[in-house]
Amino acid sequence: MKLTIRLQREAFDAGVEMAAMTRGRTDIGAVVTFTGVCRADENGAPIKALTLEHYPAMAEAEIARHVEEACARWPLHGVTVIHRYGRIEPGEIIVLVVTASSHREAAFSAASFLMDYLKTRAPFWKQVETRAGTDWVEARAEDKAAAERWSGAPPEVEQP
Amino acid sequence: MRLLYFAWVRERLGKAEERLDPPVTVATVGELMNWLAGRDERYAHAFENAKVIRAAIDRRHVRPDAPIAGAREIAFFPPMTGG
Repeated sequence: MKLTIRLQREAFDAGVEMAAMTRGRTDIGAVVTFTGVCRADENGAPIKALTLEHYPAMAEAEIARHVEEACARWPLHGVTVIHRYGRIEPGEIIVLVVTASSHREAAFSAASFLMDYLKTRAPFWKQVETRAGTDWVEARAEDKAAAERWSGAPPEVEQP
Repeated sequence: MRLLYFAWVRERLGKAEERLDPPVTVATVGELMNWLAGRDERYAHAFENAKVIRAAIDRRHVRPDAPIAGAREIAFFPPMTGG
């Protein structure tokens, strides 16, 4: 099992992180990556940047708990979660999730599960910067509903 | 105990953290929010809509009825918007 969890201010290369997952491995048959990118608009209005505030010690612990849960639910060979904080401009990567497994279903499900939980349970808060000033982004009901579909659901494990 | 505030809760209070020892009659997270709201206008503004504020005790999410006895660090923040 290859686990990587990083919270960082600096930009990173998603391709390098994905390559690192499979380097030297021949047991991995499926790699799913999700990359969250900063858009240039929020609710239809242009933005100059996002600033992500976070609760460092809890964010690390909370992400680690959810990675552990993903590993218990699906037969994974590796998980990478990298989440940035600080000021991020449109076009820059905010978050990366990489999941690796022997087959695709586990990798897809685990990546989706981790993103749904990152959106609603990881202690990060986005503030948008516009010409008019700054505003806190409000939580979306769709994100909460997406996370709730995993609670109590049986693991979607692919049969060998 | 150590109290931490994030995002607009932090902005409304004008501080990110502080040490406070609430009276022993304050037993739960919800009661702690009520007690904080009564301290002054800033706290009243920050905690005026306590239902939307989330809390964590020692870095784990908790509900308003969670007991605070023995807590080292309690954080208050709006719903999360990461990812």
